[in-house]
Amino acid sequence: MARAHDNRQGWGLVAPALIWTIAFFVVPFLMMLALSFAKMEGRSVVSGFFPDNYIRIFTEPSLLRGLVVSLEITVTVTVISMVLAYPLAWIIAFRVPERWQRLVLILTILPFWTSYVVRSYSWLLVLGQNGVINKTLMALDVISEPISMSASRFATVTGFVHFFVMLLTLTIFANLKQLSPNYARAAQDLGAGRLATFRHVILPLTLPGLMTGAFLTFVLCIGDYITPQILGGNNELTLPQLIMMQLGRRGDFPMASAMAVVLMGIVTLAYLFSARWLRIDRL
Amino acid sequence: MTRALSWIYLALALGFIFLPVGMLVLFSFQDGRLPVPPFNGPSLRWYADVLGDRRLMSALGNSLVVAAVSSAIALLLGFLAAQGLARYRLPGTLLMRVVLIAPFTVSYLIIALGLLTLYNRTGIGLSLWTAGVGHVVINLPLCFAILYAAIGDHHRNAERAARDLGASEVKVLALVTAPMLMPSMLAAFFLSFTFSWDEFIIAFLLTRFDVTLPVEIWSLLRSGLTPRANAVGSLVFLVSVSLLLLLELTVFRKVRR
Repeated sequence: MARAHDNRQGWGLVAPALIWTIAFFVVPFLMMLALSFAKMEGRSVVSGFFPDNYIRIFTEPSLLRGLVVSLEITVTVTVISMVLAYPLAWIIAFRVPERWQRLVLILTILPFWTSYVVRSYSWLLVLGQNGVINKTLMALDVISEPISMSASRFATVTGFVHFFVMLLTLTIFANLKQLSPNYARAAQDLGAGRLATFRHVILPLTLPGLMTGAFLTFVLCIGDYITPQILGGNNELTLPQLIMMQLGRRGDFPMASAMAVVLMGIVTLAYLFSARWLRIDRL
Repeated sequence: MTRALSWIYLALALGFIFLPVGMLVLFSFQDGRLPVPPFNGPSLRWYADVLGDRRLMSALGNSLVVAAVSSAIALLLGFLAAQGLARYRLPGTLLMRVVLIAPFTVSYLIIALGLLTLYNRTGIGLSLWTAGVGHVVINLPLCFAILYAAIGDHHRNAERAARDLGASEVKVLALVTAPMLMPSMLAAFFLSFTFSWDEFIIAFLLTRFDVTLPVEIWSLLRSGLTPRANAVGSLVFLVSVSLLLLLELTVFRKVRR
């Protein structure tokens, strides 16, 4: 008899959060989805069900190129960041003495706490024409002319990798520390070498954490506007940069919406691909 | 041998991680118009310049207010929802959890565009608060997930005892459950706060005249390299790190014990 009464209280507790999420996340997304099928005539939006925007995204070279550039950069960044962060997390977890671990970890992710916008900008100080690297190399007579490193894909990838190495080191470290050392010991007792122990025991056990980190990197990277805008130059534009361009210069909201829906589609595909390893609820 | 390699790798990695931030802070003390070598300083003129800049300071104020208010709302909503889903067996619990977590897996840009569409359609004018709504959307999943994971069975027993002693449902939540979850609540609040106060794209697309600090910094960067940007960045860094240290020394120390 108390059940119905109890449940009403339960609903009362969940309702505010649920209503907020539906009103300001689900409904806006559906409105955006509807808008993506509208089209522009002159300066005004004609609503309806036109697939024009989507056809253009996948056929117009400049737009399709944005999609490809975004995917290339994101995959590159995800792979490089994982490859750099795994050994780093490993060293902190197993080489650094226990009592220094927390300090080293905090140091490793300290620059995470600068403003995101400023962190991208700070790479200009390093990679720019007058930046530290060029000035140093010229002072050492290694080069006579500055090398151009900023305003390129190299700079974008560097800025991203810097951010995600910090993030991934943190998640992989947490993952490695949860492993009981008994697994590795057992494998070695059974005659596995160090490499075999790593490949067949440690790596599979840390895979869920790795995939969660990789998915997070993928989502944050492919949707980011700031880093490519500050570091990438104008030679190639990513999907978020193209979206912002539709909004700003052209005022083409339907097109921007369609591109956002495509972006969302890519993230969903990435999710489905990695879903069996993911534990979002444990992030 | 591998031991030596480990230390070299660690040193190189830390070098890579600190290089840009080190340059940022160093050249915030530059006595000149360009934050690039050679270093002529130290000088505090850019800090004086930044602290005397009315626009930057009002953006800073806006950022703090939006972060505090939106994090508080996200925490409250997340706490109630976590309590509701952890305590009551409601039909469709899994679906509700998925809906509540969903914004976490979506790019901020998409959330911002969705809200922009909603505001345009309904004729709501852009302001600091329209961006604040977006910040609640992105932080609610975080608060919910942290608190949902933190609620355990021993909390339930304490609540039952309080109820048996005649406490009303609101009193149980405010005087029993919330204090027991305090470390997680603080962690959720401060995480939300740092995310909101550093968030760019939602604030950029959804504010108009009263902007937040990241948006103001963004317009500052349009003029290219300037030691002012270094000084602002270093100040933000200082504030975030102090907050982090405070949290580490108070909340997390207690959690670990």
